[in-house]
Amino acid sequence: MAGPEIKAPEMRAYPLIPRLAPGAMAATKSYVANEKVQEEIGFPGKLVDDWHDKAIGKMGELLGKYRSLKVFMDSCVHCGACSDKCHYFLGTGDPKNMPVARQDLMRSVYRRHFTLAGKLVPKLVGARELTRDVLDEWYSYFNQCSECRRCSVFCPYGIDTAEVTMAAREILDCVGYGQKYSNEIIGKVHKIGNNLGLPGPALANTLEGLEEDVLEDTGVAVRYPLDVKGAEVLLVTPSADFFAEPHIESLIGYGKVFHAAGISWTLSTKASEAGNFGMFIGNYEQLRKIAMRVREAALELGVKRIVVGECGHAWRVAYSFWNTLTGIGEGAAGGKPDPFAIQLQSQLDHRYRQPMHICELTWDLIGAGAISFDKEANDHRIITFHDSCNVARGSRMGDTAGGQFEIPRNIIRAVANHYVEMAPGTTHEQTFCCGGGGGLLTDDLLDLRIKGALPRMEALNLVAGGQGVNFMATICAICKAQFSKILPYYGFKMGMVGGVHQLVSTSIKLGDK
Amino acid sequence: MSAASLIFTGLFYFAAAVLLAGLAWKIADYAKTPAPLLIPTTPAPTTTGGVVLRMAREVLLFESLFKSGLWLWAMGWLFHLGLALVLLRHLRYFTEPVWAWVALLQPFGIYAGFAMAAGLAGLLARRILLERIRYISTPSDHLMLLLLLAIAASGMVMKFVFHTDIVGVKAFFLGLMLFDPQPLPVDGPLYVHLSLVAMLMLIFPFSKLLHAPGVFFSPTRNQVDNPREARHLSAWAAKMEGK
Ligand code: SF4
Ligand code: SF4
Repeated sequence: MAGPEIKAPEMRAYPLIPRLAPGAMAATKSYVANEKVQEEIGFPGKLVDDWHDKAIGKMGELLGKYRSLKVFMDSCVHCGACSDKCHYFLGTGDPKNMPVARQDLMRSVYRRHFTLAGKLVPKLVGARELTRDVLDEWYSYFNQCSECRRCSVFCPYGIDTAEVTMAAREILDCVGYGQKYSNEIIGKVHKIGNNLGLPGPALANTLEGLEEDVLEDTGVAVRYPLDVKGAEVLLVTPSADFFAEPHIESLIGYGKVFHAAGISWTLSTKASEAGNFGMFIGNYEQLRKIAMRVREAALELGVKRIVVGECGHAWRVAYSFWNTLTGIGEGAAGGKPDPFAIQLQSQLDHRYRQPMHICELTWDLIGAGAISFDKEANDHRIITFHDSCNVARGSRMGDTAGGQFEIPRNIIRAVANHYVEMAPGTTHEQTFCCGGGGGLLTDDLLDLRIKGALPRMEALNLVAGGQGVNFMATICAICKAQFSKILPYYGFKMGMVGGVHQLVSTSIKLGDK
Repeated sequence: MSAASLIFTGLFYFAAAVLLAGLAWKIADYAKTPAPLLIPTTPAPTTTGGVVLRMAREVLLFESLFKSGLWLWAMGWLFHLGLALVLLRHLRYFTEPVWAWVALLQPFGIYAGFAMAAGLAGLLARRILLERIRYISTPSDHLMLLLLLAIAASGMVMKFVFHTDIVGVKAFFLGLMLFDPQPLPVDGPLYVHLSLVAMLMLIFPFSKLLHAPGVFFSPTRNQVDNPREARHLSAWAAKMEGK
């Protein structure tokens, strides 16, 4: 491609809430999964004939399985507190990208089929039948939500549109109307072991090449081991870290940290992917199945610790769900006999948090004085930090609430001299999504991705202009890929985004061990 | 007893029964539906005590709404605070002797009526004037505000314009509570006020007013952030482990 074709919206110094542009994004539809993709992961190949009844049936099932969905369907008062909080609404002006309107796509059908008022007086309470048009609308707009949970921060009842989106995608999958991008990736994880479809031998090659590069670069033989039985740490990281730029710089950084601290570690072919798109499509079975690979790898390799690399949604799944799904954590279920969890939990070393984020590991090592830095090596960078949604609003680091904000920032300040915060209201728990999360990082949604990045780009623009920021650090593979792609549309350099461990990598003192 | 008294007696028994049974059914339903995954919106409290505090801030101060913007918070909070005080003030119609703290509240209760009406009027104006909010509003959203406004207005009319025989009203409600029905004073504004209140009670368990019990069951607000420390497993998810 010669130059950017889609034009990015204009960045403003004082962002205003856009006027409504009904239907602006109605035609934006990510590719529908084909039969092969669908069937490979156990969904009907194409839209089933009795899709209406199936969909309503599935909705009923989910309402019985998830308290979140049930309470959220009932509780919304249409106050609109969330209405101007979604980056996709702010970037597109399409009213159906307002979180409440997105939920209402499902709520209207819920009311029609599951509430008395909706059955008696549908018009009055905004209840609708699930027609083919409505189903298509679901497909469009539930694939325009990055499940970033920003809306849930502001809702007086904590209604999380991400939960509604997940339920909707689950229903769509079950009637044979799945999204190509996410479902294809899930198929690859099962078949090959990672989202990018990088087979074991290729992975081994890549890591060997990496060792050579780092040796050449630093003169130190840093190892990037694969499938080493008896290693202390199993590192599970997004597969983009193995070859995509700038991701790989962070992988180099992790290796250097382990090297400098003298911790034995390994990657795993079987668990060569931290990402878990099962969460994006709201399917518990897939979520669990994908997570189980990590449990199996940990058991096979006999590791004592499980550490997760820089990936936002993967960290949410690891931190919040792994213990539930796979028993990676502590404490048996409700004090009851729990042989499943105990099998792995008795293997792990509970002097350390399980699972642990690579940032927690690095920060602990810095605190213990086990690694040190030549901060000036980062002096060419003026750095800001982009909080990734799933880390910010769906997980924690360290022992106190909010550690997920402090620890990465602490690391940056420990390894570099110039750090600048973006405007309040755009960071920490109120951070804006990069625009590509939640299973939307696909080129068929490029238009949406560019527009959805607007709020973040506006915040970045202010610190880039004002304080000369030239590096935006983040700890998410999707954020890195998304920003690398869309920064140029906004007139920034692609290389402006990178990982926290890229900064660590630049300035860590390796010494000779 | 007059026909009107009989009708209101029946209406209030019916409305109270629907309200209580409906809410009990809904609450039981929320309580028994599992929450299979830990999904608190973080940063979240790491202890149960912390969750109680978070919920208290949410319910008493509308913390999240405050984060979203000052105006909406101010109007919403004013309305709910006013409503709460007005409801407490009305306890004098249901207690004999009137509890001391209810008596103390009486003068504030009057201002609260104005606060409630002002908050409601603001919310209604917002719903009509702001393009985004107009877009998401259903007819029932507007009617709900109008219903509450009409309840507040008819109440204030009785207080400030056409005084009602409040001794008679109290006898009526005490009679209802003791299952010893008493006549209701003949009074137009009172009939209007009571009919609207009964209507509100009737629609409560079938409408968005379920946000009141709902907030306590919202997993993003009521869960402790401790997934690494304790294994959280729902019954239906646990079954998968047998396989
Ligand atoms: S979860 Fe994020 S993307 Fe989805 S509606 Fe809410 S703010 Fe928008
Ligand atoms: S903030 Fe919550 S209650 Fe208000 S409109 Fe949004 S989802 Fe509904």
